[in-house]
Amino acid sequence: MTQLKQEDFIEKLPTGIPGFDFLADGGLPKGRATLISGTAGSAKTVFASQFLAEGIKRGQNGVFVTFEESPKAIRKNMRGFGWDIDKWEEERKWAFVDASPQPGEKPIVTGDYDLGPLLARIEYAIRKYSAQRISMDSLGAIFSHLADSAQVRSDLFSIASALRELEITAIMTAERTEEYGEISRYGVEEFVADNVVIFRNVLSDEKRRRTIEILKYRGTDHQKGEFPFTIVPGQGIVIIPLSALELEQRSSNIRITSGSDELDRMCGGGFFRDSIILVSGATGTGKTLMVTEFMVGGVKNNERCLLFAFEESREQLYRNAIGWGVDFEKMEKDGMLKVVCRYPESTGLENHLIKMKETIEAFRPNRVAVDSLSALERVSSMKGFREFIIGLTSFIKQQEIGGLFTSTTPSLMGGTSITESHISTITDSIILLRYVEMYGEMRRGLTVLKMRGSMHDKDIREFTIDHRGMHIGKPFRNVTGIVAGNPVYVAQSEVDRLSTLFDDGTPGSSSLG
Amino acid sequence: MMKYLLKLYITGNTPRSQRAIANLLRICQEELSEQYQVEIVDVLEQPEMAEQEKILVTPTLIKQLPPPLQRIIGDMSNTDTLLLGLDLVQNQDNRS
Repeated sequence: MTQLKQEDFIEKLPTGIPGFDFLADGGLPKGRATLISGTAGSAKTVFASQFLAEGIKRGQNGVFVTFEESPKAIRKNMRGFGWDIDKWEEERKWAFVDASPQPGEKPIVTGDYDLGPLLARIEYAIRKYSAQRISMDSLGAIFSHLADSAQVRSDLFSIASALRELEITAIMTAERTEEYGEISRYGVEEFVADNVVIFRNVLSDEKRRRTIEILKYRGTDHQKGEFPFTIVPGQGIVIIPLSALELEQRSSNIRITSGSDELDRMCGGGFFRDSIILVSGATGTGKTLMVTEFMVGGVKNNERCLLFAFEESREQLYRNAIGWGVDFEKMEKDGMLKVVCRYPESTGLENHLIKMKETIEAFRPNRVAVDSLSALERVSSMKGFREFIIGLTSFIKQQEIGGLFTSTTPSLMGGTSITESHISTITDSIILLRYVEMYGEMRRGLTVLKMRGSMHDKDIREFTIDHRGMHIGKPFRNVTGIVAGNPVYVAQSEVDRLSTLFDDGTPGSSSLG
Repeated sequence: MMKYLLKLYITGNTPRSQRAIANLLRICQEELSEQYQVEIVDVLEQPEMAEQEKILVTPTLIKQLPPPLQRIIGDMSNTDTLLLGLDLVQNQDNRS
């Protein structure tokens, strides 16, 4: 019972590190020590510095105890994040306690010793600057430059308990040798801290993927599992909270136009305002056209539209749009449309996500289109891609804006892409675009496969493209197997029976929507 | 003989500190006759000195003179290494 009482009193200190406070359910436990453990290059020092930097921005002074890098190196390395440590030191907001190895010096050992001065120096710095935050980077380095590890151990304990008494919120970093193994190299670091956070930098599919996991948070709540993060120049660590965002999603019954009256009718009156729509089809089936129509429909209704293009350049997009009678250039000039073109390979997927979020927050669009997700898929690992999709969709939904994504299927006829299998459960609507081979001619078919929370047209309709855009025509009444990529002509009398067979033959198609 | 300038850093009046002081003074008396000066710094009283000199552990003895500067850590219970650190091995050899 007493323990329960204590839990209620663990106050959290918001760190200000993007995403972390959400993950940590408010921040770091105030007045306690948290161990940050990670392999070499997992951004521990960045986190330790950012913790202090964000504190200073909030009027809380900090002490940085460095055991590894010299203060000079840290000042220089952190400048890229926009943290002017020199200036903060002058303003007496940031203090270094330099316990880094001094060059060319090897002390002669003549007997027992202890880390008494370290504690004295730390306490001195904390008192002198009335610091509220302290970072110690990294504990393992003490073991490597002092021979007597048993002594180091007991000294670490006394430092930890002294910090607790000073009621300062502390971060200690420790090195670990494996991504999935012992918490820390010397096996004692984790016992000096109440909380343990693990940083990982896993190599998978030849790509690095950084994650953060709160492993232990004594007596207080936190999000569980690994969350991806990235390091943004000029900003520092940005953690991407995933599924947790979905809890806050609202849904509305307000419909928005798809840009095509006929498609709106097929969807039972248009897309829902804050829904995610996936348009899936092979190359050349008209996905970019669907995106264009979606944008035009928005602009016509005085909505702000944002288009992320990862496949085509601005010039190509403009030219294509003109081919369908749409003047993107004018729309952009009027400020109703913003086209953002980026090479998928230009940066990591996490950074794409952060940049996209920033663009969305800055432009405040009513609808967003991404053309295409498949282009982004190739620059990431599977896991990273899935997290990207979840991160993006939940963010878009939170903003209460409509999102239309396209996905390219690998085969010309039918088939699904990996993109779809990741995204289909997250999307509210799925529109399939398919080639239909008929009497030696390629024609295009369109169907609304899924429309969450609404009635929709189940027909597969033919559609054509001309200089005025997309035209949705009649259903393919005497063809079946289009979705499966294997069109078969049937006599008119067979249509009803076969269409029911078709539903049964494609598991999932009837349960979706 | 050149005069020795030694600075001994300790943390509080602990048995370890006392041991270090006693060991150091004994060696000085035995080996350096009157040619030495020892300054004792308690880092609890003067933490800024410890910060300046980047003292991480105590006891730490810094031989400031004669050059080269040498750091010796530990309670100086090991006389041989202490003599080595103070460049006094020569004397010891002569004695034996």
